[in-house]
Amino acid sequence: MNVGVVTFPGSNCDADARWAAGLDGSTVHKLWHKDTSLPTGLDLVILPGGFSYGDYLRTGAIARFSPIMNEVISFANRGGLVMGICNGFQILCEAGLLPGALIRNSDLSFICKDVYLRVENDSTPFTISTGSSSQQPTVLRIPIAHGEGRYTTSDADLRRLEDTGRVVFRYCDPDGTVSETSNPNGSMKNIAGIVNDSGNVLGMMPHPERAANDLIGSADGLTIFRSLAAFVERTTAATV
Amino acid sequence: MKTYTAHVTVTLRRSILDVQGKTVEHALHSLHMPSLTNVRIGKHIEVDVMAPDSETAQQLIDDACQKLLTNPVMEDYSISITESSTGVTA
Repeated sequence: MNVGVVTFPGSNCDADARWAAGLDGSTVHKLWHKDTSLPTGLDLVILPGGFSYGDYLRTGAIARFSPIMNEVISFANRGGLVMGICNGFQILCEAGLLPGALIRNSDLSFICKDVYLRVENDSTPFTISTGSSSQQPTVLRIPIAHGEGRYTTSDADLRRLEDTGRVVFRYCDPDGTVSETSNPNGSMKNIAGIVNDSGNVLGMMPHPERAANDLIGSADGLTIFRSLAAFVERTTAATV
Repeated sequence: MKTYTAHVTVTLRRSILDVQGKTVEHALHSLHMPSLTNVRIGKHIEVDVMAPDSETAQQLIDDACQKLLTNPVMEDYSISITESSTGVTA
């Protein structure tokens, strides 16, 4: 798989994202926010976590107008895979590639801890190798680290997301039960990650790149990168 | 062309719980000021704008609010325009 990871001024998870995305032997390109083109043959663009432009004005509000975002938006509109992690999710919402917004956590504090995520939809390119099913949903343990992660959107958009299975990850208890106590930040319906209408753009607040090795607590995040690699391999095989 | 100063007030939309405002409200109540309610906390943006008249200035700022200064998913805004005291520029 060919992966590009964008570095904005203030990104701080770009190196981790490049490392995690390259663990399976994928080619990883370092992309700069001022770039006006993407490398040819790219399969996936990752917008990493951090505090792009110091979170000035609103999280992601200024990064969304970076030169490279024009390319990312047209790449996504052509069906290219885009994954926004944490600040990357906030940027995707500001850019209009995903509905809704991420606002201040309900307890007003920055939260940095492991959380459990229920994989709600295993048919997206980001989750096809998670082995999740509605009878037995897969639960992943992945850390969050954010001050503004409370997902909010209009009632109409929320209904659309739910009705079309576009909520991909929900905060849950270790056994997979979605409860109020397992919701760390007050997100609507415990939403931790969503995809766009065509399923090729994912935004998620938790950091899979920080859960890519058992030595550092969890390797559950790898299943997302493995899913992407498997999806790319499958689609490439289908088109050859 | 005149120079105007725009004051933009940005608050969370009414439909979104303003947890910061609620927290400050609780703090006020614990300071024995129970008659103070409905605290809402937002942002204040000041910006100078050159325009032939205040209507055009208003339109320019409204456009800026919709494109960058605010996010309609979560925020409401109001604009107040005053002619800048620095006077008329060429």
